[in-house]
Amino acid sequence: MSGAKEIRTKIKSVQNTQKITGAMEMVAASKMRSAQGRMEASRPYAEKIRNVVSHLAHAQPEYRHPFMSEREVKRVGFIVVTSDRGLCGGLNSNLFRKLIPELRKCEERGVEVDLCAVGNKGAQFLRRLSGNLVAQVTHLGDTPHIADLLGTIKVMLDGFRNGELDQVCLVYNEFVNTMTQTPQVETLLPLPALTDPVLDEQPYSWDYIYEPDAEHVLDELLQRYVESMVYQAVVENIASEQAARMVAMKSASDNAENVIEDLQLVYNKARQAAITTELTEIVSGAAAV
Amino acid sequence: MANTMQLDIVSAEEAVFAGEVEFLAARATEGELGIMPRHAPLMAQLQPGEVRVRMPGGDEQFFYVSGGMLEIQPHVVTILADTAVRAKDIDEAEAEQAKRRAEEALRDRSSEVDYARAQTELAAAAAQLRALQSLRRKRGS
Repeated sequence: MSGAKEIRTKIKSVQNTQKITGAMEMVAASKMRSAQGRMEASRPYAEKIRNVVSHLAHAQPEYRHPFMSEREVKRVGFIVVTSDRGLCGGLNSNLFRKLIPELRKCEERGVEVDLCAVGNKGAQFLRRLSGNLVAQVTHLGDTPHIADLLGTIKVMLDGFRNGELDQVCLVYNEFVNTMTQTPQVETLLPLPALTDPVLDEQPYSWDYIYEPDAEHVLDELLQRYVESMVYQAVVENIASEQAARMVAMKSASDNAENVIEDLQLVYNKARQAAITTELTEIVSGAAAV
Repeated sequence: MANTMQLDIVSAEEAVFAGEVEFLAARATEGELGIMPRHAPLMAQLQPGEVRVRMPGGDEQFFYVSGGMLEIQPHVVTILADTAVRAKDIDEAEAEQAKRRAEEALRDRSSEVDYARAQTELAAAAAQLRALQSLRRKRGS
């Protein structure tokens, strides 16, 4: 019975792997649901603050905030949002594949780049890239809090405020649905012009009453706006991560099933062959006597 | 209808309240603000404190906000509440920490190097072991 034992061990080992991937699939599915819930919950704030900022763009403010004015781009900051853990299909590599041409474009134009990593995988990748990694935050877990992100965002905002950075981009995976996650590169600063269908038609000019004063209020508001965008990206990325992991683990379990089937066939053949040879030996032995 | 306004209270992590209200009182940095419908556009920074709301029936509701922003359009009021306790020096400390983490990670290539070294040593040991075994087998036969 040559090889039968080895094949049996192999089947056992593939079965164990399948058990693990099956469990991971189920865990990812339930985590995805709660991540989606968090994504929904954070959406109203993002929408409202976006409305407020778009109203602001229509008002004729007495004070123009630096975040809203464009200048010549000499140095760009990238906030790269990735997952902390692997085994989630091509999620992170797709994101990097989208990021690298952007970085190369900057290099060609002679624009310097500052990088900022959210999530372990991004931190590792950007370190290998030997880019200029200025800030990082990792191990956010499944329930990130905006407080955990503030420091990292502030590094970038301060860079923009002090004139070291002329543009800040946000790179993350957008959650389209369970099967699709698309990597996105968005410009955070300077704030892109937002439109509002109602206010676009208002012919007269107006401005807010500010308390305590325009500079303070706008500073706080725009900072919160950027923070909410980054938070939204992080939450969306987590939902994407879980969805990608669920799909990856499902296909891994299916593949394991196929491997087991093939191995079982080989094992059965080997067993039959062994029995046949044994029988022939006995029969021929008996005939010889 | 003319006597109510739409109020939305949202925080970054959830929506807190949405509905029609008659009156709203909140504490801005310069003092308490009472808002009735058709107020002029206003934008204010809120202090930690309660937001008092009177509903159309006359019922009152209270919400606590730990700071945030208040935006007023004549018929729509939006409160963007903070979830995190904000203070300039706390933010500053967080930023410093984020930078330090990146620097440490850059310096901390040793862990990867150690791993690589351990791997080569392991490979060498395994090769020696294999050589010994084959030698022993030859001598045995």
